[in-house]
Amino acid sequence: MSNTTVLTSPAVPHPAPHTARSRTTRLVTDSVTMTRRGLLYWSRNPGPLVVALLFPVMMLVMFAYFLGGGMAVAGGGDYIEFLVPGMLALTMAFGLENTMIAVTQDVNRGVLDRFRSMPIAPSAILVGRSVIDMLHSVVGLLIMIGAGLLIGWRWHGPLAAALAAVGLLLLLRFAMLWVGIYLGLVVGKPEMVQAVQILVWPVAFLSSVFVSPTTMPAWMGTIAEWNPMSATAGAVRELFENPSWAASSWVTDNAVGVAALWPLALLVIFVPLAIRRFSALSR
Amino acid sequence: MRSSDDADAITIEGLGKTYGKKEALAVVDLAIPRGTVHAVLGPNGAGKTTLVRILSTLLRPTRGQARVAGFDVVRQADDVRYRIGLLGQHAAVDEELSGRQNLDLFGRLYHLGARGAAQRANELLEQFGLADTGTKAIKKYSGGMRRRLDLAASLIMAPEILFLDEPTTGLDPRGRTDVWDSVRSLIGGGTTVLLTTQYLEEADQLADRVSVVDHGRIIADGTVDELKSSLGGDRVDVTVHEAGQLDTTADVVARAAAGPVTTDPDRRMASAPVQDRMAALSKIIRELNDAGIQAEDIALRRPTLDEVFLHLTGSEHHENNEREVTA
Repeated sequence: MSNTTVLTSPAVPHPAPHTARSRTTRLVTDSVTMTRRGLLYWSRNPGPLVVALLFPVMMLVMFAYFLGGGMAVAGGGDYIEFLVPGMLALTMAFGLENTMIAVTQDVNRGVLDRFRSMPIAPSAILVGRSVIDMLHSVVGLLIMIGAGLLIGWRWHGPLAAALAAVGLLLLLRFAMLWVGIYLGLVVGKPEMVQAVQILVWPVAFLSSVFVSPTTMPAWMGTIAEWNPMSATAGAVRELFENPSWAASSWVTDNAVGVAALWPLALLVIFVPLAIRRFSALSR
Repeated sequence: MRSSDDADAITIEGLGKTYGKKEALAVVDLAIPRGTVHAVLGPNGAGKTTLVRILSTLLRPTRGQARVAGFDVVRQADDVRYRIGLLGQHAAVDEELSGRQNLDLFGRLYHLGARGAAQRANELLEQFGLADTGTKAIKKYSGGMRRRLDLAASLIMAPEILFLDEPTTGLDPRGRTDVWDSVRSLIGGGTTVLLTTQYLEEADQLADRVSVVDHGRIIADGTVDELKSSLGGDRVDVTVHEAGQLDTTADVVARAAAGPVTTDPDRRMASAPVQDRMAALSKIIRELNDAGIQAEDIALRRPTLDEVFLHLTGSEHHENNEREVTA
């Protein structure tokens, strides 16, 4: 480093321009920078991004063709038409893992400390995370819809209903994002992330994503029916006018309402929890 | 607003941090004049990192107050943040991004604007000899390069005050010298530096004053020379070939020593503090010759942190793996 030790004396001290900025301006500027950081990550290292985007496509193909032949839709109808809306809901819910991993990494690499020692709007860190993860999920959703169309899935209802379905899917993702931020801050260590990743699977299968809850033992069926993923899957099937699972219950009769309320309830719980956990970093 | 007495870069009054019942920092009072280097010396878990985290606004104190660059670290945190740089124990950079992208990102977060941030990134890469590797991902950097980039990142705002939390822990001797050189050139520029370290030698190399901390308290405070002379200065270790000669050797050493002699029969070594290094050394060599004793090894060295602790606390401190509470 012989050529590097020539450090000029700290140059012209930079002005502290924050006094001239409103809190809102600062939040917006810093959030844009934090989002930019996420985009740079993607462009530097597209591998994990591509894998994360294609993994649900692989799952879709596996279930449609490896297992789909043996599946009968309880209410009658094509299994692929039943499966695709479920897979869309599952993809959104699994976004939780991406968020959790990203948050855990930031905490462990000390880069979060660097950000917190800077004069930025602290919430910009969380806003940036939200924007980048939602962008990721919008792209992921489009890919999955494309893949669904390729294997023969169609929506039959009006466009407005289809857009409402997409809206409900993204709402579920947004709720899972905050659950992910909270869990990421709580578990803290990458080893723990794995444990949570494993637990995601039973939760995914204990739902109406792949089969009708009526085919499960009664108590499991009830849990599956109330699973937020099932609510979104059911509502999306209704809005796309795809086959649903036959049995009629309060949840299936009010599918769209439940699919809207579940994520909102999760947000009401996990947004304050995540923010509290985040500010507790300085305690 | 900014306090008017600007002679001190950092003033700390009755500062403490408690986690439940555990006292990470008991009571700390300290004033660090502008443009000086202050070392906080102590073992793992002594409260060094807690102190740095409070001063760099990452942690709220339980009691007391601290002003950095004239601003209160709790109530005027943002004012403090524009004026400090922080180099933590672990590289706080994005591994996936390049050096340039990291610096550019941090510059934007300091609100230098797109152009200002890019320009500052260029300057710093140049200064730290990283211009050629500016586009390489950090994860492909060597340990030393990574540390340099980390240091560059903490200098984006040309801070008035720089916090270095164990800056050379885990570095090889060369990396250590690199960091020391960089810190020395900063000092020349008038930056106030607060550094924590486990090594007396590091404090010796860099610091004007040293505070020795143990169990969350400052147990000694002064210049490195003052600390060392309170220990009787440097130490001499004399190792002989035959254990039978150790007693005579201890007598010889005692006549040249500035303090009590300790002997270690297993290593056939007599050891004592000395005041005038060269005079003591030649006296010992001469007298050993006269007594017909052949020394296997004679070494002059700085007291170790263990010896400082033994002296200050009357009890040995043992290296432990207990992690310092940081969260």
